[in-house]
Amino acid sequence: MPHDDPDHPHALLPPDPALRVKALETILTRKGLIDPAALDEIIDTYQNKIGPQNGARVVAKAWIDPDFRKALLKDATPVVADLGFYGRQGEHIVAVENTPDLHNMVVCTLCSCYPWPLLGIPPGWYKSDAYRARAVREPRKVLAEFGVTLPSETAVRVWDSTAEIRYLVLPMRPAGTEGMGEVDLAALVTRDSMIGTGLPKVPS
Amino acid sequence: MTRVHDMGGRFGDGPVTPESEDAPVFAEDWHGRALAVTLAAGFLGQWNIDVSRHARERLSPRDYARFSYYEKWISGLADLLVESGVLTVADLSGVGSDDPHPLSARVLKAESVAAALAKGGPADRPSDISARFKVGQIVRTVHPAANRLVDGGHTRLPVYASGATGMIMRLHGTHVLPDSNAHGTGEAPEPLYAVVFPASELWADPENPKDEVVLDLWQSYLERA
Repeated sequence: MPHDDPDHPHALLPPDPALRVKALETILTRKGLIDPAALDEIIDTYQNKIGPQNGARVVAKAWIDPDFRKALLKDATPVVADLGFYGRQGEHIVAVENTPDLHNMVVCTLCSCYPWPLLGIPPGWYKSDAYRARAVREPRKVLAEFGVTLPSETAVRVWDSTAEIRYLVLPMRPAGTEGMGEVDLAALVTRDSMIGTGLPKVPS
Repeated sequence: MTRVHDMGGRFGDGPVTPESEDAPVFAEDWHGRALAVTLAAGFLGQWNIDVSRHARERLSPRDYARFSYYEKWISGLADLLVESGVLTVADLSGVGSDDPHPLSARVLKAESVAAALAKGGPADRPSDISARFKVGQIVRTVHPAANRLVDGGHTRLPVYASGATGMIMRLHGTHVLPDSNAHGTGEAPEPLYAVVFPASELWADPENPKDEVVLDLWQSYLERA
């Protein structure tokens, strides 16, 4: 394995990534700059408390409550904050709605911007070079890799998250869900459908 | 010009590999640890989000390309800790002092994590700069894509969208300008817009004439078309 660029101080740490993290954690802990219990708390938050179930609740609510949907599309940040979804990487939320004519899809070509309070930590593919490079240039080929084929009459609009605005895709409500309640509808809303690389599940 | 992180439109990366929605949030334990160490160190208050993004972008192209996602985070963090004077090269080499650190009073404690994450860090600010463009107006992005304040500095205009003509779709308000904030020269807030571009304006061979790409772009990235 080649050595890291020697002009960068990180090259002084062990090259193995797990050991590199451990070494930095140890140095910072010894100096009183981080509290390992706080690290456990951060990990627990994003592993167990904040995730796509939050966004799914927003989508399901928008499907059944026209006033909520209207407010969400107008100015999502206070609307989702009312449900308790606010905070780091979700300070400015914009919801974009799929229709038969328009399919929305979200990427961050420059890094990995993603609406954390609504969807949690992004999956590996969202952060991959392939997705970052290709989502803007050939979104339909990328969608096909997710098993999604759109009619050619449907326009694809890709949102490149270049600022601190975080986008949530509001997918179309699947047919055959009339009369379903919020909880059952939320169970149909997949993470990928809120990024725009997937569609909601259809009721079995 | 920009740097290796600016990969929108690039050829040659191969297929995207979707993952099951049930896959663990952190594929390896050290991934979660890397994220948590980075967030916790950020709460020491010695840099802002633009500085930390720029630290990852300034990894050498060779490191950026071969590091996995969280390796970029942890390596960018190590560089930033030394550059900002929080740690020394001796500290990273394992021969630093164990004396109490002057910043240790700011350490993020476990009981403060929930509140700290919930508080977030909004990027909108009041600004004296008024909006030059209206929704529906046609604009062109500056060319070349580059930081106009600091040579080789951080910018959020991707190369693929530089010199392109699009339409103002939405005004997001006035937001901190990363080109300044990443270099410790102030937040310099200015109007931020969502700008929509036809795919045919960006790509030689767009997949469908109806397709579009929207980018969030600061006013100083735009000119009248």
